[in-house]
Amino acid sequence: MTATTPTTPTTGLDAHLVVDRGGFNLDLCLAAAPGDVVALLGPNGAGKTTALRALAGLTPLSAGHLCLDGAELDGTPPEARPVGVVFQDYLLFPHLTALDNVAFGPRCHGMPKAAARAHAADWLNRMGLADHAGAKPRRLSGGQAQRVALARALATHPRLLLLDEPLAALDARTRLDVRAELRRHLAAFEAVAVLVTHDPLDAMVLADRLVVVEGGRVVQEGTPADIARHPRTDYIASLVGLNLYQGRADGHAVRLDAGPHITTTEDLTGPVFVAFPPSAVTLHRDRPDSSARNAWQGEITGLESHGDQIRVDLTGELPLTADLTTAAVAELGLHTGASVWATVKAAQTHAYPA
Amino acid sequence: MIRSARRRTLQLAVGGTAVLLTLSACSSSSSSDTPAGASDSPSASPSTKLSGTVTVFAAASLQESFTTLGKEFEAAYPGTKVEFNFGGSDVLAASITSGAPADVFAAASPKTMKIVTDAKDATGTPVTFVRNQLEIAALPGNPKKISSLKDLTKSGLKVALCAKTVPCGAAAQNALTAAGLKLTPVSYEQDVKSALTKVELKEVDASIVYKTDVKAAAGKVAGVEFAESSKVINDYPIVALKNAPNATAAQAFIGLVESAEGQKVLTTAGFLKP
Amino acid sequence: MKPVTAEVVESRPRSRARGRGRGRGRAPLPLLLPALLGLAFLLVPLVALLVRAPWRSLPQQLTSTEVWQALRLSLVCATAATAVSLVLGVPLAWLLARTSFPGRRMVRALVTLPLVLPPVVGGVALLLALGRNGVVGRWLDSAFGITLPFTTAGVVVAEAFVAMPFLVISVEGTLRAADARYEEAAATLGASRFTAFRRVTLPLIAPGVAAGAVLAWARALGEFGATITFAGNFPGRTQTMPLSVYLALQSDPAAAIALSLVLLAVSIAVLAGLRDRWMAAP
Repeated sequence: MTATTPTTPTTGLDAHLVVDRGGFNLDLCLAAAPGDVVALLGPNGAGKTTALRALAGLTPLSAGHLCLDGAELDGTPPEARPVGVVFQDYLLFPHLTALDNVAFGPRCHGMPKAAARAHAADWLNRMGLADHAGAKPRRLSGGQAQRVALARALATHPRLLLLDEPLAALDARTRLDVRAELRRHLAAFEAVAVLVTHDPLDAMVLADRLVVVEGGRVVQEGTPADIARHPRTDYIASLVGLNLYQGRADGHAVRLDAGPHITTTEDLTGPVFVAFPPSAVTLHRDRPDSSARNAWQGEITGLESHGDQIRVDLTGELPLTADLTTAAVAELGLHTGASVWATVKAAQTHAYPA
Repeated sequence: MIRSARRRTLQLAVGGTAVLLTLSACSSSSSSDTPAGASDSPSASPSTKLSGTVTVFAAASLQESFTTLGKEFEAAYPGTKVEFNFGGSDVLAASITSGAPADVFAAASPKTMKIVTDAKDATGTPVTFVRNQLEIAALPGNPKKISSLKDLTKSGLKVALCAKTVPCGAAAQNALTAAGLKLTPVSYEQDVKSALTKVELKEVDASIVYKTDVKAAAGKVAGVEFAESSKVINDYPIVALKNAPNATAAQAFIGLVESAEGQKVLTTAGFLKP
Repeated sequence: MKPVTAEVVESRPRSRARGRGRGRGRAPLPLLLPALLGLAFLLVPLVALLVRAPWRSLPQQLTSTEVWQALRLSLVCATAATAVSLVLGVPLAWLLARTSFPGRRMVRALVTLPLVLPPVVGGVALLLALGRNGVVGRWLDSAFGITLPFTTAGVVVAEAFVAMPFLVISVEGTLRAADARYEEAAATLGASRFTAFRRVTLPLIAPGVAAGAVLAWARALGEFGATITFAGNFPGRTQTMPLSVYLALQSDPAAAIALSLVLLAVSIAVLAGLRDRWMAAP
C-alpha cells in the first residue's frame, strides 16, 4: 500500500489517485505489475468508476500521480495514453460495423485503413467473431458486443486495460460463459489490467488481486482467497457471506467489542477479527444444554429464502445471520419476532489478527 | 364567378374591421367628451360632427407631407385620428382591390389609381392634387460628379431604380427611354423610399427618386436635377373609397389636402401644384 | 434484481398494445375542436391558392424564362445558404453543446436572435455590417474588392443569416441529447477531439443535422425581407421566387399565384422527400 516510495517501478502501474469532486473525495493507491489483473471491488458510489476514469484520463487528478511503465501520465490527454477501456455498456459506435469499431483505434494511431481492418479482422477472429465482422452493434448479442468491446480496447495494444463492470450488462446465463472467456483473455494479456466491479464473484474469478474500495478509500487488499477468508469490513463480510466481528483475543476466548465472548480454536492475543459462515449456526427454541460454549439468545428479524436454504437474521446479544434448511425452519416453527438460541461450534469459527 | 366570391371575402374583412373601428370610435369619443365639431377649424368648415379614425393609403413619397397634414387634421377635428399606410402605390392599390379597409387613396400615378377605379372601389372621380418631378439622388457632395441622366449609365456606377411596377420606376423608365438611354441598375427597389435608403446607406452611388424625396432626405443625399424630368412629371390623384368605414371624415381629409393650407404643406415639401 | 427485469420485459408488449389502441379512443372535444380549427387555419390559405390558380393560363405563365430564372436562383441560393449554415453552424452548435465558457448562455441567446428579429431588420443590420460602407464591408471592399449587396452572394449571405439559427438550435439539441460518452470512448481509442467529432459524433447526430439543414433550407427558400433589403431585387441575380411573387402580386396577380404554386410544389416535394428519410416521427 505504501506505493509512494521514491523508487518508482519502471514497468507496470504505480498510481496515487486523488480526485476531489464536490463532496466526494477519492484517495487511493494502486500498484500492479505487467500481467496482473487487479479488481477494484466496492459498493455503488465507492469511487471505483471515478478511479477508472482517472486512470483513463477522462477525469483529471486533483493531486497524486499516475505512472505507467515509468512514464508520468498525469496531464496527458486520454487519446495520448496507452490505455484501453471496456466501458460498462460497451459504447460500441452504433454507426460502425464490428470490424470498423475494432479498426477505429488502430486507425487513430495512424495505421492505414487496409492494415487497420486486417488487424481488426484478426482480433475478431481471435474472439471467435469472424462471422460477425460486418454486423452493426445493435445486431450483436450482449456476449458478442462484450467481446467486440474487448477486441476494440485490445487492438491498440494498451499497456493498461481498464474494464468497467465488464459483465454487468449481461444476463445471468451469458454471464457465465463470458466470464470464463474473459478470464482466458485477461490471463493472456501481458500488461496491467484493472477491472471495476461490485460483484465479488466476478472479481474473484477474474482477478489475481482484489482492492476493496469503500467511501473513496482502500479498505482491504489481497488475493481473492485471502479476502474471502479474512474479511476486514462488514461490507466484505456480507459480500463473501460471513458473520464478522471485531474483538480482543486472550487465548481461545475472544471478547467481542459488541459484548459477548466467542470461543475459537486459534490461540491469539490482542485485537482480532472472528468470522463464521451462516451455515455454521444452529438455532434452538430452548436454551441448549449441549457442549456448545458459543450460545447466544436473540430475536428473529427476518426470514428470506436463499437458494435452497432459508436465511435467518437475528438481533440480540450477537447480531448474526444463519442459514437453515426449510425443514429445520418448519420444525422449529420460526417466524419473525420469535425468540431463539443460536449456537456455533468453536471449530467452525475463524479468528485472525486485526 | 371569381369576382363575386372575392366581393364576399372583401365584405367579410371590411365588416370585421368596421366593428373594431366602431369600438375604437366609441372609446375615443367617451374619453374626450367635448363636442367634436370644432368650430375653430382653419380651412374647412365642417357642417357635420367628425369622429373616429380615418385611414389613408398614400404613396410612399407623400409620407412627410401627409404626416404633417394628418396632425393638422386631428387638431382641427378633435376626436378624430388619422392612420396612414404608406407604400408603393401599386401595393396599396392591390391591397385596396383585395379588400383592405381604407377611406382615402392617394396614388403617385394615374395608372395605379386606375387599378382602384377599374375595380369600382372609388367614389367619384379622382382629383389630381399635386404633381411630382423626378430627380437624381446622389451621394452627399456628389463625389461621382453626376450632372445628367446620361452620367448614370457610366460603367462602375451603382444605380438603384424603383421597380417598373411602381410609379417612380415607370417614370424613370419613361425618362430614360425619352433620352434614348439604356441603364442597367443593380437593383429594382420595391418603392421609392427603399431606392432612396440605398443611397443614404451609400450602398449605391445614385438612384432616381422624386424631388420631394431628395428634399425630405436633406443632407443625406445630394439632388441632381436633369432635363428629361420635365417630360415625365407625375400626377398624384386622390380619391375617397367606396367601402370607406368613415366616409365623411374621408371627404374632410381630401378637403384639407386640396385646401390652400394643404397645398402649402405639399409645395413646401417640394411638390408642384397641379 | 430478477423480478424487476422480468417486469420490464413484460411491461414492454403491454405498452405497445396501448400504443396500438391509440386510434380507437375518441379525442375529447376541447382538444379536437381547436385542433381541427388549427388544421383548417393552416390549410385553407393553401387550398385558396389552388382554387384561385389561373389553371388555364398556367402553362403559359410557367414557360416564361423569368419564372425559371427566379426558381433556379432560389434553389441555388437556398442550397448554398444551407451549405454555409452547415459549415459554420454545426461547429457553432458543438461549441455551445460541448464546451463551457463564460457567457455561453449569452452567446446562445444571441445566436437565436435572428429567429425573432424581423428579417428586414436583419437585412438592414447586414447592410450596416457587410454593405459597401459597412463595418466589415468597407474593409472587404478595400482589401479584396468584394461587395456583397446586390449580388447573388449577397442573397446567400442574407438567407444564411436568417436560416442558420434554425440549424444551430436543431443540431445543438441533438448534440445535447446524444451520449457524450461515445466521444470519451473514442478518446480512449486514441482519437483527438476533432477526430472523435468527425468520425463518431457527426455520424451519430446525422439525423439531427439533416433535420436542421432541411429547416434551414426551407427558411432560406422562403426568405424575403432580409434578401430584398440586403441584396436588392434584380431578375436573374438577386430576384428569388419570394421577391418575384411579391412584385408580381402588384402588377399581375395571376402570375404571382402561378409563381406561388411553383414554390409550393417545390417545397412540398423536397420536404416530403426528406421528411420520410430523416424526420419521420416515431
